[in-house]
Amino acid sequence: MPTAMDIYKLLPKKNCGECKVPTCLAFAMQLANQKAALEACPYVSPEAKAALEESGAPPIRLVTVGVGDFAVKIGDETQLFRHDKTFYHPTVLGFMADDADGLDAMKTKISAAQSMSFERVGQMIRVDSVVLRHSTGKPEDFLEAVKEAAGAKLPIVLMTEDPKVMGEAVALCPGKRPLLYRATPQNHDAMIGLAKSCCFPLVIGGASSLDELAQISDKAKKAGVSDIILEPHTSGASSMLENLTVIRRAAVKKKFRPLGYPTISVLGNSDLDLMRAALGVMKYSSIVLMKDVPREFLFSLMALRQNIFTDPQVPIQVKPGLYTIGEPSEKSPILLTTNFSLTYFTVRADAEKSKVPVWLLVVDTDGQSVMTAFAAGKLTPESVAKAVETEKVKEKNKRGDIVIPGMVSRMSGKLNELTGLKIIVGPRESSGLPKMLKSLGG
Amino acid sequence: MAFEAPKEKYQGRIREVVIGATKEQGGTRRASIVAGGSGGLQFHRFDAEMPHLPLVGMDVVDTVRVVPDQLLSSIGPVTKEPVEWAKKVDREWGSDFCVLKLLSANPEEENRSIEECVSLVSEVLKSTTIPLMVYGCGIEEKDSKLMEAVSNAGKGERLFLGLAEEKAFKSIAAASMSNGHGIVAFSNLDINLAKQMNILLLDFGVKPENILMDPLMAALGMGLEYSYSVIERLRLAALMGDQVLQMPILCDCSCAWAAPEALEENPDRGSPEVRGVFWEAMTAYAAMVAGADAVMMRHPQAVARLRAAIVDIAGGA
Repeated sequence: MPTAMDIYKLLPKKNCGECKVPTCLAFAMQLANQKAALEACPYVSPEAKAALEESGAPPIRLVTVGVGDFAVKIGDETQLFRHDKTFYHPTVLGFMADDADGLDAMKTKISAAQSMSFERVGQMIRVDSVVLRHSTGKPEDFLEAVKEAAGAKLPIVLMTEDPKVMGEAVALCPGKRPLLYRATPQNHDAMIGLAKSCCFPLVIGGASSLDELAQISDKAKKAGVSDIILEPHTSGASSMLENLTVIRRAAVKKKFRPLGYPTISVLGNSDLDLMRAALGVMKYSSIVLMKDVPREFLFSLMALRQNIFTDPQVPIQVKPGLYTIGEPSEKSPILLTTNFSLTYFTVRADAEKSKVPVWLLVVDTDGQSVMTAFAAGKLTPESVAKAVETEKVKEKNKRGDIVIPGMVSRMSGKLNELTGLKIIVGPRESSGLPKMLKSLGG
Repeated sequence: MAFEAPKEKYQGRIREVVIGATKEQGGTRRASIVAGGSGGLQFHRFDAEMPHLPLVGMDVVDTVRVVPDQLLSSIGPVTKEPVEWAKKVDREWGSDFCVLKLLSANPEEENRSIEECVSLVSEVLKSTTIPLMVYGCGIEEKDSKLMEAVSNAGKGERLFLGLAEEKAFKSIAAASMSNGHGIVAFSNLDINLAKQMNILLLDFGVKPENILMDPLMAALGMGLEYSYSVIERLRLAALMGDQVLQMPILCDCSCAWAAPEALEENPDRGSPEVRGVFWEAMTAYAAMVAGADAVMMRHPQAVARLRAAIVDIAGGA
């Protein structure tokens, strides 16, 4: 983003006050903080306006594919490393249906893509788009499949390099905002023209170098197409990593506009392609398209995507509550922990190892770990007592005691006073749970 | 004007650490191996030299107590015989090195005697020819004596002994130094603790070329993102020139098998065995992409997947 001084230099410096701000400098400061809009100034020159819009635009354009609840947003990333801030828009995953396999197979894959969703750590994760590809099959099959997919909810990617077939496909999905794949050095005039007339986002690919790719994207931009997705050439994971990294660097660090767009990686289902999909999720692919991948892999890939796109400043949380491990009875031990997902999963895994059924009381600490929450006053005898109350712990369990993490043994006295439960101080690390639980019995 | 790809140049580089010793070097390994050496981020050969591909090792545990049932049936009964297991790791599964974990020494579990543990180490050394690392049971009292005995038994082999922790490193560091072995410095998901651990070892007299860092790899779905970022930050700090952090990174990815999601019965997510292999392969791949110079794994199929991916992303050997 430009600073107030950068902006001020481009303003007319008349201090006329017509923008409702007394001076141009003050107006520039408001613009820099996004508290005013440039339109408020009646005297700004068209050149200055263009320059300001350009410098104010994000380094990587935000592009939306699809419409409604299932629309996906990609791009608008500002970092090379997630720890520097966060990665904002998770890689969009798509399933491919190819007309080479015939219409029936295409229909099966369209419905498979729609149904491929899982619930994981409280979030719904899914295949985000369905890809229809015209390769060696009949165009009629392809168009029939487009019709079918257009009737469903997931965003669509239309794949053909034949502008005529693409034109017919586009006509079948009015208002669906599909992604058009793709403009190449051979067909880009026609494809750019088509993308401009329907205003749908367009993939640019097939170039032999990033330089050539940048030239075509520049051409598309000048022709009025601004929702662009880049597909760098690739011959394997090595060039994939290189090109995606160079594009991200050029966009974020150099503000090189012709490469300031989201990216796409089109993969198959070979063993290498599966790992390349994982690479895409970690290293800057905004969209990864795959064909016929096993669901064991897909679930793992989605877990990876969730991990990588977690905001490092906001810990993943699990829902507070009283969880069961095994089938605990009213005589099984109760363990206490926090709702930081990592803590929860670790405690859970260690408790499971003991094979002793237990109750696990997960207290809301805004996703902080035991020590952090204790130090920050988010894990207190009061908050634990409240959880004991709301979760009706004493009704479900008649032991009359509770195991607290060894790190917070200091809360024993007060917690006992508030709840009447006998406090058992557990191990400092949850790895000590199996031994302890075996001795406690159930 | 033609587009010029932005390159990154770093002033620092990762140290080269040699694991194992051949006959000429005073040991019995068929080859010694080198971890580290990169002058840039892992696999960024377009920025800087990466003279060695990251290493892929496999672990052998001396008690099935910690091996999940599915893994037991998937890898086979060999997991009940540590020596046989180690032989497979060496000859069939194409591992670069083997990590023998002496968990049964734990006084609160099997409490196997030091003599028994050391005889297992000797047996594994006799039956295999890849470089070996040996981890204790994690209970300091036992490990201090155990590691001293292991160090003597493996004299000349350039073993790597683990794990050195902030509150328990002196005896293991002394054990590694007395016979020219290396040491694995463990820290708990924190770049500052990793640095502190290295400083403690260096101050104690351990040479930097004898240290590998284990910054704790959290499995996929179990906090992988924390490890991923810690490893990236460690790597970047090393490349920026922090000499105390220029030791190669070793990640234990067998932790993937402890992730409940890797093996849970849930038909919607496919068969547990197949999922577990992906879970481990992806955990290890993430560790490497973030910056690990060596990983340790458990399932031969996950190793095969990772190996192929390494050649693919490195653009050849």
